Amino acid sequence: MVFIIRRVLQSLVVVLVMSLVVFVGVHLVGDPVHILISDDMTQEEIDRFIQRLGLDRPVHEQYFHFLGNAARGDLGTSFVHGEPALKLILDRMPATLELAFAAFILAIVFGIPLGMYAGLKPEAPASKAIMAGSILGFSLPTFWVGLMLIMVFAVMLGWLPSTGRGDFMTWEGLRHLALPAFNLALFKMALVTRLARAGTREAALQDYVKFARAKGLSPSRVVLVHVLKNILVPVVTVLGLELGGLIAFSVVTETVFAWPGMGKLLIDSIQRLDRPVVVAYLIITVLMFVVINLVVDILYSLLDPRVRLREAKA
Amino acid sequence: MSAVAETLPLPKPETPTRRIAREFFSNPVATAAFALLMIILFLALFAPFLAPQNPYDLAKVTVMDARLEPGERGSAGFVMWLGADGAGRDMWSAILYGLRISLGVGVASGVVALAIGTAIGLLAAYRGGWIDALIMRLVDLQLSFPAILVALILVAILGRGADKVMIALIRVQWAYYARTVRGSALVERRKEYIEAAHCLALPPRRIVFRHLLPNVIAPMIVVGTLQTAHAISLEATLSFLGVGLPLTEPSLGLLIANGFEYMLSGKYWISFYPGVALLATIMSINLVGDRLRDVLNPRLER
Repeated sequence: MVFIIRRVLQSLVVVLVMSLVVFVGVHLVGDPVHILISDDMTQEEIDRFIQRLGLDRPVHEQYFHFLGNAARGDLGTSFVHGEPALKLILDRMPATLELAFAAFILAIVFGIPLGMYAGLKPEAPASKAIMAGSILGFSLPTFWVGLMLIMVFAVMLGWLPSTGRGDFMTWEGLRHLALPAFNLALFKMALVTRLARAGTREAALQDYVKFARAKGLSPSRVVLVHVLKNILVPVVTVLGLELGGLIAFSVVTETVFAWPGMGKLLIDSIQRLDRPVVVAYLIITVLMFVVINLVVDILYSLLDPRVRLREAKA
Repeated sequence: MSAVAETLPLPKPETPTRRIAREFFSNPVATAAFALLMIILFLALFAPFLAPQNPYDLAKVTVMDARLEPGERGSAGFVMWLGADGAGRDMWSAILYGLRISLGVGVASGVVALAIGTAIGLLAAYRGGWIDALIMRLVDLQLSFPAILVALILVAILGRGADKVMIALIRVQWAYYARTVRGSALVERRKEYIEAAHCLALPPRRIVFRHLLPNVIAPMIVVGTLQTAHAISLEATLSFLGVGLPLTEPSLGLLIANGFEYMLSGKYWISFYPGVALLATIMSINLVGDRLRDVLNPRLER
């Protein structure tokens, strides 16, 4: 319990520090007033405009005002859209989550079998091809892979649409989802493949696998039940930690495929100096990150008491 | 027996550099990657002499050549083997100039991050105690966020520009160096030669820079190469997203972004070839780095 309270407090400090850094930092760049006012506004109108947005007050006052509002769930109003920043982001969140979860599932569905195959038959040519592919998956820039997917599957073959999003869970929706989800999944797929391969190679030498074989179980049962169960724990732990990474990387994929999610909103807002939306996006993403890390940490400490003991000693 | 040993000349002891070079080049893939990397560096360094046209000299570029297909002859008289972009620039020339900028930003930010990370890592390892604890907390915090997210936060805060992108890249990378250097320095610090240096009452500065630092250089070289590839990829991504380098400094990422709109109408070459150049750069650096890791540290798993 002490461990959990300590970790929650640590996470709160991280969120507060990040909010301060982001808020103050974003306020040092550019003056959004220049972009928002039109030329035919009188000075009086401009002043009223600045006052309404609260831009005339000192930065620290703006920050505490922001913090007070944030605690009530108000992250400011978009300069460009005139809507609450939080609402804008929450409106876009389902699209991003759909993409991230689809990529997450693709990474597991493809990564684990490929990795297990490479782990069981390390010398087979197919295994070497899988491992070479995983190196490519690690080093190719995501946006470039996305472009190539569009070029091949949308422009040359014409099989799949290149941009936009269809309705959730319809055939059109899945067709729109396929390319972006695969693009986002590629990096994690490479990661899962490597983890599954390493886990399989280790598990294959363990006594319980030898025993299962000696008992006369069929090879498929040994692999699918005994080996698979034991490699799932490290794979799922790492993937849980990487879920935040998927959401962060979706910024790139969403921009390539014009997917109407939070990431595209962030890039648009950075370019239009729409401060409240940028700050709100960053705060929400940091919050998601901290929560994911916290949950994984706590689950880990419940599964493995040694973590708690080590932390208590430190 | 001893007579035989005297008459046979002993093989000259191999210097460590020779051994590393021999082992490195015994691998054909690494040798090819190294050769490719050298060609890329050569092309980037001498771009102004090698490029058929200066793609950013408005007097030399004409819209007449816009979107010429690869292999067609431009109005300046030379064949555009890789085609031309929307403004009529020769893609081959644009790629050579782009390579210069991408490599320059990647390497420069890598070197600065290496210097800062090394200093911080050595400080943490040598001093220990609360300084070490504080530094490592910061490193952990930094590494728990993906690099792309931190870089996006920073460019959102700092704005566009080559200097700002470099600050963001340095800020993202220092923690990797600090962690690597601290890890190896902690191991080295317990060895006898450092103890001997302490016994000689050498000043800490001398112990750290003359005794500790040379012995942690091997892992730094490896992390340095791999991180440089990472920095180039990250810069390309930021520039592609339109929040990286400004239009006046067209890196490979920006060239790819410029060609994106044409890709949907089948004019693939404006994006495709800069992408190939980017890939060749990243892959060759990664392969060289992987091989260096194997050669410099035989204890690591291959």
